[in-house]
Amino acid sequence: MIFSEQWLREWVSPDLETQQLIDELTMAGLEVDGATPVARQCSGIVVGLVESVEPHPDADKLSLCSVSDGTESFQVVCGAPNVRAGLKVPFAKLGAEIIEAAGAKPFKIKKAKIRGIESNGMLCSSEELGLEESSDGLLELFPDAIVGEDIRSCLQLDDTSIELDLTPNRGDCLGMIGLAREVGVIARKDVKPLDFPMPVESITDEFEVRISAKDACPRYLGRVIKNINLNCESPLWMKEKLRRSGLRSIDPVVDVTNYVLMELGQPMHAFDLAKLEGHIDVRFAKQGEQLELLDGKEIELTPETLLISDASKPVAIAGIMGGMETAVSDQTEHVFLECAFFAPLAVAGKARSYGMHTDASHRYERGVDYQLQQTAMHRATQLLLDICGGDAGPITEAVGNLPEPIEINLKHSSISSLLGIQMDKKEVRDILGRLGFGLAADETEVLRVSVPSYRFDVSIEADLIEELARIYGYNNLPQTGGLGNQCLSSKPESHIALSQIRQQLVALGYQEVVTYSFIEPSLADMLFPEQHGVSLQNPISADMAVMRTSILPGLISTLKYNENRQIERIRIFESGLVFERSGDEIKQTAMLSGLVSGNKMPINWSNNKDLSDFYDLKGDVELLLALGLEADKYSFVSAEYACFHSGQCARIEREGEVVGYIGALHPAMQRKLGITGNCYMFEVKLAPLQERRLPAASALSKFPEVSRDLAILIDSNYTSSEVLANVRENAGEHLTDLRIFDVYQGDAVAEDKKSLALGLTWQHPSRTLSEDDINTIISKCVNGLQDKFNANLRN
Amino acid sequence: MADPNSLLAEALQVIKDSSDEKSLESLRVHYLGKKGTLTALLKSLGQLPAEERPAAGGRINAAKTEVQQAIETRKNALIEESLNAQLSSEAIDVTLPGRRQSQGGLHPITITIDRITSIFETSGYDVAEGPEIEDDYHNFEALNIPSHHPARAMHDTFYVSPGTVLRTHTSPVQIRVMEGGKPPFRMICPGRVYRCDSDLTHTPMFHQVEGLLIDENVSFADLKGTVIDFLHAYFEEDMPVRFRPSYFPFTEPSAEVDMGCVSCAGKGCRICGHTGWLEVMGCGMVHPRVLEMSNIDTEKYNGFAFGMGVERLAMLRYGVGDLRTYFENDLRFLQQFN
Repeated sequence: MIFSEQWLREWVSPDLETQQLIDELTMAGLEVDGATPVARQCSGIVVGLVESVEPHPDADKLSLCSVSDGTESFQVVCGAPNVRAGLKVPFAKLGAEIIEAAGAKPFKIKKAKIRGIESNGMLCSSEELGLEESSDGLLELFPDAIVGEDIRSCLQLDDTSIELDLTPNRGDCLGMIGLAREVGVIARKDVKPLDFPMPVESITDEFEVRISAKDACPRYLGRVIKNINLNCESPLWMKEKLRRSGLRSIDPVVDVTNYVLMELGQPMHAFDLAKLEGHIDVRFAKQGEQLELLDGKEIELTPETLLISDASKPVAIAGIMGGMETAVSDQTEHVFLECAFFAPLAVAGKARSYGMHTDASHRYERGVDYQLQQTAMHRATQLLLDICGGDAGPITEAVGNLPEPIEINLKHSSISSLLGIQMDKKEVRDILGRLGFGLAADETEVLRVSVPSYRFDVSIEADLIEELARIYGYNNLPQTGGLGNQCLSSKPESHIALSQIRQQLVALGYQEVVTYSFIEPSLADMLFPEQHGVSLQNPISADMAVMRTSILPGLISTLKYNENRQIERIRIFESGLVFERSGDEIKQTAMLSGLVSGNKMPINWSNNKDLSDFYDLKGDVELLLALGLEADKYSFVSAEYACFHSGQCARIEREGEVVGYIGALHPAMQRKLGITGNCYMFEVKLAPLQERRLPAASALSKFPEVSRDLAILIDSNYTSSEVLANVRENAGEHLTDLRIFDVYQGDAVAEDKKSLALGLTWQHPSRTLSEDDINTIISKCVNGLQDKFNANLRN
Repeated sequence: MADPNSLLAEALQVIKDSSDEKSLESLRVHYLGKKGTLTALLKSLGQLPAEERPAAGGRINAAKTEVQQAIETRKNALIEESLNAQLSSEAIDVTLPGRRQSQGGLHPITITIDRITSIFETSGYDVAEGPEIEDDYHNFEALNIPSHHPARAMHDTFYVSPGTVLRTHTSPVQIRVMEGGKPPFRMICPGRVYRCDSDLTHTPMFHQVEGLLIDENVSFADLKGTVIDFLHAYFEEDMPVRFRPSYFPFTEPSAEVDMGCVSCAGKGCRICGHTGWLEVMGCGMVHPRVLEMSNIDTEKYNGFAFGMGVERLAMLRYGVGDLRTYFENDLRFLQQFN
């Protein structure tokens, strides 16, 4: 909300400079977003009276004017179309200065010859004074402006438009009187009381008002005003106040309702009485009812929408916007003024549901003072009569179910326990009293407080204490060194912190990335066609419309992004939730994913330029799996899955349960995505990775280890894990290590065969293993390999 | 009998001329071995008259000792020579870079979250996490934001279905922790949050850290102390901190926290919008209704909560200029943090 500082000062004028006022408001919780002067900096401009106007002898569009500054007359050439004798206008005398923008060089008025005629000064438009962006004529001052008075004091141009960013609980500050109340308590200054004259009721015409929705519309006031003259303009002072509050002048009726809105925070609406039929009824809409709104939008109303209707049709959406058909136009002679209180819940969210937001809905959603309608109606009526003339009828008031007044017990001890200060009882009364709270007379430990009808945000004791703290000043409240209770928290050793897993990857040369949790649906479909993603109903854009079922699309996009920037060696990882729909449920699983591309090692002076491959990545993953001390529970099983290369993909299992995948990106995907480098990636569930066995130490054997190597020739389609499992079965209980130290396929062996070299190590806990012991085991192993795989020993 | 002195002179000469340990060893055998020439002289002492024997024996033994020493000296010299030769032949350019894996690193968001949580962990706060697709109840209702509340307009919410949203803040984790346990609580919950907003200063996904403390006799003064201590610890600077009244439906009283600009020391600059202050977090005393909804006995317990934007803190600490760079993942940007 934007307001004029001068207007505020008409209600309460604290001894504060503008900047101090701004700071005080901000520190009281009414955050000031900005402040701008209401006019350009200028000097030497006074109220001038145009005494006479004659045509310029050499120019059709120019006039020759005689302008008085109250003491002297000056000859001034003027090009404005609305210049005429008798007009009072801003007159920039010789030597006057106007600064068009902060920091700009002043524009100086000098004696000039225009088309051969001397001009001693300039008559100004509102644009030249910086009141409007553009204007097409002189600014016409009001008839009783004092000729010769400095324009800055005449128009009160030493004023600032202050923009407040109000929190939604402070609907009461959306009008000058509410703001004045705040400033009054901040500065401990009394505020001018609300005291408007009662307009004269010169006719008895009324228009019937009924309320069907009694909870949604607790109060509705109407008044007929006949014979108004809309062929006039709002007075300059009103236009200026509205302008300084960020509102444009439209016509006197709209201006008056806007003025009351700004002054009192009470939205009002005027109907063309001639367009209304029968009576007003405040009710909920019926399914399918339609209404064309003031802004020309045609909407279909929903049954939750509170409506103003007449006997035959909807005429306005309550508290949001009026209808086009019954709007006041320049043909209007009689108006029906509406001044109502609609319950916040009846209005909240409705404007948004129709894609609208209006000054009225903004206030009603936050709560309008439900005791203010009489005052506002009187104020608006008088202003309208003053500007447009006319005859006012009596007020018609219909009442629904008004809110119950709220009373709160404020314990004095609660103030000290919540805020840590002893607040003087007198100060408590002063602060709450100035804020408009009703206070019981008796001074006991408990103060009975009644909440004013404009404070919808106060209903419990803590709310009152916040008010006290706010005005007392948060920064004047004490601070402690935190709570003293010792809290040693034990971290389970069986759990590996994510940070440790991340550090392991960092040590392996991986860079962590953070990608969006929502991805492009087509990318998700292409990479993981069988997963059921969770779509957003209102995505921010089409390429962020579905929640990721895997982190890999994000990593692949990151690869692509960096490849496009000539970065060819990439090792990245990310951890986070993935989202999958399963039936009615949404599964949210924490995953860890990584991707490598480019060379095994960074370019170096000595090493070779080998590209990373499956086994490089697998090695890194194995190190992660080993963190939990239970690497032997994991197995890698050849698999075909989603966007992985069908011949280079393994399912990672932990005791039979699938925990992840590792492999190369499918070449077809790679081509479609335009990825040029090699690309290997993994994704594993975090939960199993974070499980850690508690280490259990056992005594070391004192007897020597025995090692033997076996080289076998075997059909190449058998996997190494099958071979190892078979050997392990036959190698006896004292086998302590089994490893493959060479794999050979090539010219020296048949085409469908491969040679595997196995290293076995044994150690007995209580004796030295004999040559016989080992020979027996070796022949058992060799026989086993022969039986199962038809493998032969190589010589 | 040969003259031991001429033999000695000869031996010293050839020892001096020998060029490796092997030939030195054969010289030792030649002169000093069992069949060595000097040894032979000793054996031939018997041929001399008895009165000459002691003097001749003395000369021979002295010659043997001298040869022995000469061989030792020469041997040491040869070893040193060959070590020197090895050292010079094996000299390398130590200024060439080492052979290694590339430098990995953490994302600045993670670095920031880790730093925040580690500060709070020293005071006994536990880290809690929660779902990112959240139900309406935990994201709004339980935080005292009913469906028609104007505060909902402050949260540009992503919807998955009418009752299911992407969490708009990490505050629902508070609720889940309170529902699942018994006070007192001290916890910190970092994580991703989502708002349907995208421009220069907003990304549709960002990170928050939420803190919650529930205990007996907690006051606003404790909240102030905690927040100020944290900011001083995080920025390693005792800058001024101020509290401004604000509004969050789930706290009462509520405050925005501003700290003196770390870039200009409060003098006013581009980063603080020439105000000297930076808005860094929101906080307040937990609203009694929020506690009641999570079945906390409000007669006995109360507490405070605070929340901060991780991207903002990282920007201030590390001078990141554009919010969007966090999620572009340009490796050249990220590697600046390694």
